[in-house]
Amino acid sequence: MRLDFTIISDDFFAAGAASARIKKSLQQVGIPTSLVRRISVAVYEAEMNIVIHAYSGKISLELAREKVRIVVEDEGPGIEDIQLAMQEGYSTASEEARRQGFGAGMGLPNINRAADKFEIESTVDVGTKLVMEFNL
Amino acid sequence: MKLEKIVDLLNLKPLSDYNKDLNVLGAYTSDLLSDVIANAKEDRLWITLHGHQNVVAVALLKDLAGVIITGEHYATNDMLKKAKEMEVAVFKTELDSFDISGKLYQLLNNDEE
Ligand SMILES: Nc1ncnc2c1ncn2[C@@H]1O[C@H](COP(=O)(O)OP(=O)(O)OP(=O)(O)O)[C@@H](O)[C@H]1O
Ligand SMILES: [Mg+2]
Repeated sequence: MRLDFTIISDDFFAAGAASARIKKSLQQVGIPTSLVRRISVAVYEAEMNIVIHAYSGKISLELAREKVRIVVEDEGPGIEDIQLAMQEGYSTASEEARRQGFGAGMGLPNINRAADKFEIESTVDVGTKLVMEFNL
Repeated sequence: MKLEKIVDLLNLKPLSDYNKDLNVLGAYTSDLLSDVIANAKEDRLWITLHGHQNVVAVALLKDLAGVIITGEHYATNDMLKKAKEMEVAVFKTELDSFDISGKLYQLLNNDEE
């Protein structure tokens, strides 16, 4: 199974749609609830990071026999210091995003906790790519 | 405790449909979405001042029992539309987050005894 989504920056209404759809699809194919929750949480955090910090992006999910692999790629400002960005509490979220409850600086740490494998690559002024894997 | 009983005893105003028979296991009070994602657990109520659609998305992801919007904060139409679509329970209380958390804590803890 393969699912693809396009995410647009600052589209707060559609925000969360990809993770909600992924959640439903994984439930339908019988993935255990706790794993579905971990995957959808990680996708949500990645999705919202595109909405808040980048310009646009793509999410693709591949369900293989022994794992779920998700690649999230955006066009955006990129992350200068990935180690710093991974620290809980570090956030450059805008005032508008903070008013909506974002900006705890916990999104990337949440993805890291949820996924069995998590990698970030980023180029300043170009964009960011996340690869996460979940063992079935 | 059944959600219906909590709604009744705490005088919560339902802003969307909810499952009256759902067994509520607890609650979490926070206004930071990623904190709720990290720490709230399924079948718990979420107490917050946020009344916008991102709250619905998070409640859905985490299989929360519902959202209680507190104090002088109100749900936007977009939130209610999304709550209906996603079947997420949303309630309103005029109490602030501290007071409603305290009351709910008491209710759930006395219920255990
Ligand atoms: N896709 C991205 N493009 C550019 N910068 C990013 C991206 N994702 C994360 N960042 C940077 O890393 C920081 C930390 O991200 P993280 O998701 O942990 O927290 P946050 O988004 O600021 O707040 P929260 O996720 O708790 O609402 C961000 O504030 C931002 O500076
Ligand atoms: Mg984030």
